[in-house]
Amino acid sequence: MKKWIALALAAVLAVGLVGCGGNNDSGTTGAEQPAAEELTGAINVEGSDTMVNLGQAWAEVFQTDNPGVMISLKGGGSGTGIAALINGTVDFANASREMKPEEITEAQGKGVEPVETEVAKDAIAVVVNPANPVTALTIDQLGKIYRGEITNWKDVGGPDKAIVLLSRDSSSGTYEYFKEEVVGKDMEYAKEAKLLPSTQAIVDETKANPDAIGYIGLGYITPDVKVIEVDGKAASLESALDGSYVLSRGLYMYSNGQPAGVQKAYIDWILSPAGQKVVEEQGFVPLGN
Amino acid sequence: MVTDAPHKGRRRGRPAFRRAAEGVVTRLIGISGIAAIVILATITVFLVINALPAIKEIGLWEMISGTDWYPTSENASFGFLPAEVGSLWVTLVAVALCMPLGVAAAIYISEFANKRVKELAKTTIEFMAAVPSVVLGLLGVALLVPNIRVWLNLDTGLTAFTAGIVVGIMALPTLISIAEDAMHAVPSDLRTGSLALGNTRWQTVYKVVLPSASSGIFAAVMLAMGRAIGETMVVLMLAGNAGVIPTNPFVSVRTMPGTIAGEMAEVVQGGLHYSVLFAMALVLFGITFAINLAADMVLERQRRRWRR
Repeated sequence: MKKWIALALAAVLAVGLVGCGGNNDSGTTGAEQPAAEELTGAINVEGSDTMVNLGQAWAEVFQTDNPGVMISLKGGGSGTGIAALINGTVDFANASREMKPEEITEAQGKGVEPVETEVAKDAIAVVVNPANPVTALTIDQLGKIYRGEITNWKDVGGPDKAIVLLSRDSSSGTYEYFKEEVVGKDMEYAKEAKLLPSTQAIVDETKANPDAIGYIGLGYITPDVKVIEVDGKAASLESALDGSYVLSRGLYMYSNGQPAGVQKAYIDWILSPAGQKVVEEQGFVPLGN
Repeated sequence: MVTDAPHKGRRRGRPAFRRAAEGVVTRLIGISGIAAIVILATITVFLVINALPAIKEIGLWEMISGTDWYPTSENASFGFLPAEVGSLWVTLVAVALCMPLGVAAAIYISEFANKRVKELAKTTIEFMAAVPSVVLGLLGVALLVPNIRVWLNLDTGLTAFTAGIVVGIMALPTLISIAEDAMHAVPSDLRTGSLALGNTRWQTVYKVVLPSASSGIFAAVMLAMGRAIGETMVVLMLAGNAGVIPTNPFVSVRTMPGTIAGEMAEVVQGGLHYSVLFAMALVLFGITFAINLAADMVLERQRRRWRR
């Protein structure tokens, strides 16, 4: 019995020591060190899946230049990030759409003042399997396809086969953007549309399925899928830059109030030529001037 | 008497200490037992409280019988029916697959396998239960989804059928071990009696062992079903999440766990959509609870029968 008690005491002691150690560590690294000019601190970012790879690339470069900064990044969708910002669990919400008025109201109700910063631009490419002979669609045709009014490829110049509709799920900013621009603001996606949990899942299914159609961010285009022309222009860096491609949009980062301290340093760097260079490397469209 | 005294004292001391220790341990175990009930009750209360705004605003029956799921639209509609029917199809496929396979495996392990094979098989099955569901989901995406589309000549491989196969594989370990236990519990007197009457081993199995263990096997199937209906990651990755009310398993379906997992992160805490997801969780919890309860009652009946 004595042995057990001793053991239990030892365990409690060990846990206590580890706990104290942890506290001390965070005390020395987390607090501002007046002597060093080096940036320190933690930045939590969550949101748009479209922006996950971009955000990761930003974080990697920024953390290499500023070893004292810890950036944690999570995807999940623009809605997820905005909800996290409203719930007060992150510093920045990545969003591939603008915040809705009701989200802003909700945020203000919880004492959060969302501040929008446009950090890059993106174009939504409409993709099909390379085996699909269809090369161009109009916004009108796309709308009919995604509302379920056109269900066979033969109606848009393809083979006599059912169209397999791929979409992101409702937590995605791309889903909302595409709904607004293509499906129609007060219309609904066809119930047959498969709401996939990530953009990569859309790429994978389009690659494997000759009847599939999907929409993805510019950064996700691979040679395994075929980008089709929308209203006469295919999605590309050039067509998005000169504004001739219809389905292009801004990418945003939202913060609670004006960013300050390490957060401000991060967002300023993102908007700087160095940060915008990463945007281009990741296949997105950098901001003009 | 004098020489006895220290002896007596020692005797009295030890049991007193033991009694005290036993009392403490008994109480600790008792608390652990009650804790399980308290946790379950707390979960239920938590679900109900969070689901209450949705139930008040929309109505529980309106949600359960609603046919449209457009949670983020201007005129949002929250109908669970597509997800309920989708979950049902996935579960049906899973049970249809794992019931014959699982019961056959249990018969082999319990009645035919020699000791070494039996040990090996049981260990392997336990390992099967340890494979994380996301790993099985990935395998499904890479191997099943493209092939099922070609083999069955479907529009897409992301179907209830595909998800059902993987969920069925996941439910196998539960089914096999409980069914095997049930057959193991059949008194060997019945077996030897049957063999003595001239039945072969196989005849003994289907005439004597299977009927005797039938309620235990039924419970095993029910528990596997409970496991299947709550499975989340696999259905999120493989079922396709379309909003139609499916009339067969070869189309993309939305499931209750998949919907909750896919949308919970996006919603604003305290909003209507948030509350609706809790209402859906409550419905799902009710279904799995009912299935597990039924399985437990059947198992208990069999236990009582053998005690007689």
